[in-house]
Amino acid sequence: MRRFLLRLVFVVALPVVLLAVWWLASDDSTDVYWPPLRTILKTFPDVWTAERLRTDAFPSVLRLAAGYATAAVTGVALGTVIGSHRRVRAVCEPVMEFLRAVPPPVLIPVIMLFAGIGDTMKVVVIASGCVWPILLNTVEGVRAVDSVMADTARSYGITGAARLRHVVLRSASPQIFAGLRQGLSIGIILMVISEMFAASSGLGFTVVQFQRGFAIPDMWTGILVLGLLGFLLSVLFQLVERRVLGWYHGLRASTRRSR
Amino acid sequence: MLDVRGLKKVYEGSGRRVEAVRDLTFTVGAGELVCLVGPSGCGKTTLLKCVGGLLAPTAGEVLLEGRQVTGPPPAMAFVFQEYGRSLFPWMRVRENVELPLKQKNLAKDRRRELVADALRSVDLADAAGAYPWQLSGGMQQRVAIARALAYEPRVLLMDEPFAAVDAQTRADLEDLVRRLWRERAITILFVTHDIDEAVYLGERVVVLSASPTVVQEQLKVDLPDERDQLHTRVAPRFAELRTHVYEQIQAAKRGGGTTKSDAPQPL
Ligand SMILES: Nc1ncnc2c1ncn2[C@@H]1O[C@H](COP(=O)(O)OP(=O)(O)OP(=O)(O)O)[C@@H](O)[C@H]1O
Ligand SMILES: [Mg+2]
Repeated sequence: MRRFLLRLVFVVALPVVLLAVWWLASDDSTDVYWPPLRTILKTFPDVWTAERLRTDAFPSVLRLAAGYATAAVTGVALGTVIGSHRRVRAVCEPVMEFLRAVPPPVLIPVIMLFAGIGDTMKVVVIASGCVWPILLNTVEGVRAVDSVMADTARSYGITGAARLRHVVLRSASPQIFAGLRQGLSIGIILMVISEMFAASSGLGFTVVQFQRGFAIPDMWTGILVLGLLGFLLSVLFQLVERRVLGWYHGLRASTRRSR
Repeated sequence: MLDVRGLKKVYEGSGRRVEAVRDLTFTVGAGELVCLVGPSGCGKTTLLKCVGGLLAPTAGEVLLEGRQVTGPPPAMAFVFQEYGRSLFPWMRVRENVELPLKQKNLAKDRRRELVADALRSVDLADAAGAYPWQLSGGMQQRVAIARALAYEPRVLLMDEPFAAVDAQTRADLEDLVRRLWRERAITILFVTHDIDEAVYLGERVVVLSASPTVVQEQLKVDLPDERDQLHTRVAPRFAELRTHVYEQIQAAKRGGGTTKSDAPQPL
């Protein structure tokens, strides 16, 4: 219990300090674009009503979830295929490197051409951006399956789907999670950007809308909401990772100790 | 039970051609415990992988009960040299032992029974819920042995299983192998580079030459069935046998002409 409290103090200490600094530094600001934090916080409950969360935050999160899930499934599936076959890898590698190097926001106008300006476009944009780190990390992870473990699996008749599920994917899971983590932050960015292009709802749309209407404190509250959303998702991600990769952290800790 | 005929394995790749095993012929009878001993790097792992169907030989063949081995046969279990990389670190001990049984489509009750029995045999019933990396090296190798036992093989292949554990643990594990062999009537092919270990464990010792590898000699170990670390190792017959094997290995190195200079002195 005491250790938990101590950790909690560590976690909130820096955010509290930063907020305090922001509060003090902006307190007597008269700049329209840079309102005092006090004003921003006062505006917050008026702007982010339950209704607004339903019409703007919820659709954003839904699009992100759809895009991210699509990217995760495609990335892991394709990555497993590419990673387990040397020939396929040789064919795909240059193309992957090229596609990965294209900044995803550039694709928005192109994707708009054939996916329209609706939710599909946004989901496709998010998915096409986050899929790359997931795909490339999965390829690396699947490829790096230990040779002794592979021999063990083979000699005990662990082949096909069981091998994929119990050996290959598990062994690659630390790498896959590294990719998923990168993908998540890219996904959030693309969620906002895609909503700034052509949208009638969403967090990105709202922020731009406030900015155009010179509702500057409201705009800042939107930014705060985005920050909070990112933080929440990252905490959620860590919880899942801790569960799935518990063995990996334990293994790492034990090899570190024995060294 | 096990026939190895004219086995040859050449590794080819990246411009290098390594003849790991030149020409090996020997047999292992049903229920026998045979030790293969040879200097480090002479191709023992290569040979065992060919026997276990993990590698295709360049020439020659391996027969298990008269049938040619082309892939890992379900009647064989493998205990690897690198125990740390052979157990799956994301599974608990129990799951590690159970996974191969699931592949055999055994019923749940039967699986549980086999797992419990195998873990009890190696004295690890308490560790069923632990992860492999929470255990010592000797315990991990015992888990690997339990996994092999639960698989109910007729032939057990062991590749220098105790090369990386300390002397005391090693002695205990050697006795464990002797005990399991006698209790369960399995055929065991045990590979080692340690002459003492080979003589202590085996009913028969097959001495391999240095690379390129051939069978240097086969030797029956006429020590009593009942062996123990204290008395067997100081018996005069034990000393004679180990001296003989030692001389054979030395002769193999001199005669071979292609001896590697970095091969370690046996014991
Ligand atoms: N996959 C491989 N590709 C090429 N050469 C290999 C390969 N595996 C082994 N070799 C070579 O074959 C020879 C025999 O190797 P092997 O691992 O079978 O020896 P070993 O007797 O098991 O050695 P140790 O006592 O160190 O376990 C060595 O010269 C090694 O370099
Ligand atoms: Mg070896």
